[in-house]
Amino acid sequence: MAQQFYVSPEQVMKDRADFARKGIARGKSVVVLSYGGGMALVAENPSPTLHKIGEIYDRIAFAAVGKYNEFESLRQAGVRYADVRGYSYDRVDVTARGLASVYAQSLGGVFTAEQKPFEVELAVAEVGDGQDGDHIFRLNFDGSISDERGYLAMGGRAELVQASLAGSWAPGAGLATALHWAVGALEAPRAEAAASSPGTATALDAENLEVAVLDRSASRIRGSHRAFRRLEDAEVAGLLAAAAG
Amino acid sequence: MDGTGRGFPALEGSGTPSFLDHVTAHHPGLLPFGRPLPAGAAPEAPHGTTIVALTFAGGVLMAGDRRATMGTMIASRRIEKVFPADRFSVLGIAGTAGIAIDMVRLFQVELEHYEKIEGTLLSLEGKANRLGAMVRANLPLALQGLSVVPLFAGVEAGQSTGRLFSYDVTGGRYEEREHHSVGSGSVFARGALKKLWQPGMDRAAAVSVGVEALFDAADDDSATGGPDLVRQLWPVVYVVTDDGAARVGQAELASVVEAIVARRTAEHREA
Repeated sequence: MAQQFYVSPEQVMKDRADFARKGIARGKSVVVLSYGGGMALVAENPSPTLHKIGEIYDRIAFAAVGKYNEFESLRQAGVRYADVRGYSYDRVDVTARGLASVYAQSLGGVFTAEQKPFEVELAVAEVGDGQDGDHIFRLNFDGSISDERGYLAMGGRAELVQASLAGSWAPGAGLATALHWAVGALEAPRAEAAASSPGTATALDAENLEVAVLDRSASRIRGSHRAFRRLEDAEVAGLLAAAAG
Repeated sequence: MDGTGRGFPALEGSGTPSFLDHVTAHHPGLLPFGRPLPAGAAPEAPHGTTIVALTFAGGVLMAGDRRATMGTMIASRRIEKVFPADRFSVLGIAGTAGIAIDMVRLFQVELEHYEKIEGTLLSLEGKANRLGAMVRANLPLALQGLSVVPLFAGVEAGQSTGRLFSYDVTGGRYEEREHHSVGSGSVFARGALKKLWQPGMDRAAAVSVGVEALFDAADDDSATGGPDLVRQLWPVVYVVTDDGAARVGQAELASVVEAIVARRTAEHREA
């Protein structure tokens, strides 16, 4: 008869958390930040098709790091949740808070009950009428949820990226400036790597970035209820050049 | 990992980019045609009437009058029966208003849902087919008198050739050329369009022709409302070009209606 060894619940949880953390730390980082005209979501992502950033609903966007298949299925589930809710109630009744709490339950349930936890970290962003009304929720692999003010970084070396943003971020910035801060923060881990092994490139160009915005004035100016818009490489390059110049 | 959806009902049954399929499988009660009706005639309910659509150089136009009727009563003077489906297409509905308006909402979500899940727009044919599937799903209600007949128009994203699709109650989809109309006043509107429509019209001419066709329909069909000069109520008119779908403004419609009324008054014609 096989011997069943006793493993304390603390140890089980710790092992699972270490496992998930390792998976997430391997990936590249994502930054979400609020600026004067809306919110910007910026990811280091060389692929033009496998997105880490996505639209959920009118004023709500999604960003993720970790395993693509896992966060993609969570993104699709979020779109389904939001569309069903918006169809059965009204478009204004879909909120980031509601979505984030459903994500938290889902992640938490999988973390405790399934074979393996999700190796993902998610951000749910909702743009408000003013910068005070912007919401950013951070969701961890274990279902823990936190409400961030102004900016958020996640993924590999997130603490370095977050520290860089903490140094630069201020309310009321324009898109070009916000993008400049975000890219500067995403370059921080690369700069550190370059310091230890000279010769590696530190600068991130537009082709290696995935950028989308939630436009605060979409309904007022473009006449569209959907605030989410992806920026093309050329537009990103132009904005970065404008901020640098 | 089979249980990714635990605690997240929306994740169960994933794999379809279609909102209609998802709702049919998991929330059938939300569908406008989700529950069977008991036998017997349905009570009287508001009906939407006439929609016209026509192509012009650079796109397509759709216009609908503002009347809903319930038997011999006017149920509404300001109902809107033409809607943007997404950025590059519009649809108009004739038939039982309560079901039709929910079907429009469902169709709008269907297109947006596909775009968000797949990351690309559906082709125009694909959109037209999805609308056909919805009309077909409504067939049991149509047999009890609650039919909905839409008219769909749009351009393929990035192109400027307008296309029109009409439907029958069984979900049959037919591509129309030049122009088309549906609803109780459609016979008269079609007659007017045959004489007024010209190949290669510009946008302004198309707006004028669309409004005049509705004017003629309202002249002979009691269920179609003409432009209301007292309340300043004009038809709902949308144009779709490669720039997207846009509603024609109230000021432009007012001047178009005034020009038609002035011309017909001057001509002093009886019929």
